[in-house]
Amino acid sequence: MVAENQSKSLGITLRVWRQAGPSQPGRFVEYQSKDLNPNMSFLEMLDVVNDELTRKGEEPIAFAHDCREGICGTCSCTINGKPHGPGKGVATCQVYMRSFRDGDVVTVEPFRAAAFPVIKDLVVDRSAFDRIQQAGGFITARAGSAPDANALPVPKPDADLAMDAATCIGCGACVAACKNASAMLFVAAKVGHLGLLPQGQAERERRVLAMVGVMDAEGFGNCTNQYECSAACPKLISHDFIARMNRDYFAASLKAAVKPVSLGGSGGA
Amino acid sequence: MATLDSRIPSGPLADKWRKHKTEIKLVNPANKRKYEIIVVGAGLAGASAASTLADLGYKVKNFVFHDSPRRAHSIAAQGGINAAKNYQNDGDSVYRLFYDPLKGGDYRAREANVHRLAEVSVNIIDQCAALGVPFAREYGGLLANRSFGGAQVSRTFYARGQTGQQLLLGAYSSLSRTVGAGLVELHSHSEMLDLVVVNGHAKGIIVRNLVTGEITRHSADAVILATGGYGNVYNLSTYARGSNCTAIMRAYRRGACLANPCYTQIHPTCIPVSGDYQSKLTLMSESLRNDGRIWAPKNPADRLKAPNEIAEQDRDYFLERLYPSFGNLCPRDVASRAAKRACDDGRGVGESGLGVYLDFADAIKRLGENGVRERYGNLFDIYHEITAESAYKTPMRIYPAVHYTMGGLWVDYNLMSNVPGLFVLGEANFSDHGANRLGASALMQGLADGYFVIPYTIGDYLAGQKPGSRPSADGAEFKAAEDSVRGQTSRFLSTKGKEPVSHFHKRLGKIMWEYCGMARTKESLETALQKIPALREEFRANVNVPGSAETLNQSLEQAGRVADFIDLGELLCRDALTREESCGGHFREEHQHPDGECKRDDEKFAHVAAWEFQGEGKTPLRNVEPLNYEFVKMSVRNYK
Repeated sequence: MVAENQSKSLGITLRVWRQAGPSQPGRFVEYQSKDLNPNMSFLEMLDVVNDELTRKGEEPIAFAHDCREGICGTCSCTINGKPHGPGKGVATCQVYMRSFRDGDVVTVEPFRAAAFPVIKDLVVDRSAFDRIQQAGGFITARAGSAPDANALPVPKPDADLAMDAATCIGCGACVAACKNASAMLFVAAKVGHLGLLPQGQAERERRVLAMVGVMDAEGFGNCTNQYECSAACPKLISHDFIARMNRDYFAASLKAAVKPVSLGGSGGA
Repeated sequence: MATLDSRIPSGPLADKWRKHKTEIKLVNPANKRKYEIIVVGAGLAGASAASTLADLGYKVKNFVFHDSPRRAHSIAAQGGINAAKNYQNDGDSVYRLFYDPLKGGDYRAREANVHRLAEVSVNIIDQCAALGVPFAREYGGLLANRSFGGAQVSRTFYARGQTGQQLLLGAYSSLSRTVGAGLVELHSHSEMLDLVVVNGHAKGIIVRNLVTGEITRHSADAVILATGGYGNVYNLSTYARGSNCTAIMRAYRRGACLANPCYTQIHPTCIPVSGDYQSKLTLMSESLRNDGRIWAPKNPADRLKAPNEIAEQDRDYFLERLYPSFGNLCPRDVASRAAKRACDDGRGVGESGLGVYLDFADAIKRLGENGVRERYGNLFDIYHEITAESAYKTPMRIYPAVHYTMGGLWVDYNLMSNVPGLFVLGEANFSDHGANRLGASALMQGLADGYFVIPYTIGDYLAGQKPGSRPSADGAEFKAAEDSVRGQTSRFLSTKGKEPVSHFHKRLGKIMWEYCGMARTKESLETALQKIPALREEFRANVNVPGSAETLNQSLEQAGRVADFIDLGELLCRDALTREESCGGHFREEHQHPDGECKRDDEKFAHVAAWEFQGEGKTPLRNVEPLNYEFVKMSVRNYK
């Protein structure tokens, strides 16, 4: 697309993690990828490699992708040891070949974490994130039960901060970047988003306890304040939300221990 | 011949929905749990429908081919969602929000459906705010609005440039709540590969688990498809790579009519194609046309020159020249066609010759670079990320791209297809946008269908089905459908041809874009209708799908989808050929006013064309549903 770059092309050596299935052993396999346009995306480069493999009768490399514009959170490659590769604030699908030099060796792996088992090659199972959401990542509001939207004003700074947290795309780079494979940034983003809004108060305590409970049960580690998660996050979500979640969790745990509970049954005529 | 009864309620326009809701049948609360409903898809329409029906007490099974329902492509919508709240006190009303899309759709949508959409728009905003969608707010804490797409009122609600993401995550949070509570059974990584019809009613689906390859049968009392649009028939589009038409095409083969497939929306401001490897086109928001000026060189010889070397008098600001009153802000379809004409004249810029400039030099002079950054900084960043060019220094290069499809499965006012028990929501149906969709109304329609229409209308069908009468998945129809799916899978794997699936998808896309793109003629469509069947034969004989059916096999998934795109592409061209008029996104060069505007033929074509499958290799049947305009006069759209 860029005239001055158009004539240039580059070639790289790919070292790709190949693994036939969840319980199979995996290994790195080398492929040569040549005559690449620097304006190709990284995933388009993999498309080309896959077409060549298919023409040779080999199985193409399985990799997860969908929107290819950095919003769906499907793509999940660790490139040269960094989740989502060399850029800052981008997903794998937003990495372009101009980020590499001719002759580079580029290592591609799936996001690594015990809670994200490999399905095949570069595709991992992130359903643990869904189960965390199902435990409490919501505000209960049945359709038809809502008051007028302007009946509940939200201070703009709170709304803006909630939006910062809500931009999480659920990709799991935070987990892959963390030496403890912690999902704290992912969980804290949802707890922060909903806890900052007045609509989210009724379930605030229950939510943080439930989500953290499932997070632990799924085998994610704890936070030891290295902040690799924020650095790898394609939406640059701040680790400040983890501190906010820890405060919420502490308060909710205390209250759960001492709060009186109604004994009332469900009556009615 | 299919029976197309639109079931539009009688009475005054504004009373139709209210009256209908009080007249349709209800299902008793204790009986609801006896009914099972399948929902395919979990975008705005699917996720909102699944959670709302579960809250009502129905047993719901939700199937998504993604690894998580949160990945559905509704997530990528940028701009906003319209609602007739009139929070700005600027004269908006339900009637105005009904009239604008009806006119924008070039009078090819149903009045009653569009009015209902405008009515429930206000409930959608309430619902989303209650779910914690972080809409933009004013300093006083109330909701902010912006104007959009030529509307004269400010009625668009938004969450930065990520409105679709936030609305989808709201619907996903409700879906997650109902899954967690055991009300919805979620099947992710599960692709619907056939619809099962028993005694003329939709009663189940056949599903392939994309991870294990397992093929399973699922029976239900009703089936809802909310599987999105078919824009990837063009291969290159702003859709996600996985977006596909498989669910609607399999339903079509089982008897559901496919309406108006030729209505496709092409968005003028996307980043142009850079090479044959290209997999995806990226949208640059329409808002850029507020301050950017679109031009191409006057002289074809200048097209490869650096833009700053082309003198002012050698530039053609063609939108300003052709549409002096609207200028750069003329409607999407008009702007797209004008850019195409400039490129057809050999004046397109960039290596491929398929691009025009969107120039901010004047805006920077007027507002300063920081002024422009404040308004459009994030878009300039995206442009830079993809092209490595700074639009502050050199004009953006843009070209139109496929963005949305207005056609889809035919549905009645209850959103039920002509196959009883099969309901279709969101972009997958045809009902609300006519021949062209206005900005910020796709999100509105998806959520309207899921939160506020289907929960009422599905009861009308289910009330007529005896509880517990759902057929067993062991029945002959289920077995036949499963055998058909297995047969297709093994055919793909055993073909062992020379070319990967992507090769055929690219070629189909090129045929569609060249012969049935922004401008269509009888000749071009007839050419396409010769090339597509030939491509189908080649695909069948020469596709190479490596690997097995028992594991994750992305080539196999794509093969099934591309086979369906080939069939849909052919149907789309056939529809475009028979619609001998121009309207909205469907432009036939033979039918234009002297100034190049769409020339509708209301005498002959004020109707919906609903195509009915007649069997393999046979010409499909074109059924017609007349569009009766009781309340609005069909007039000529004029943007000069």
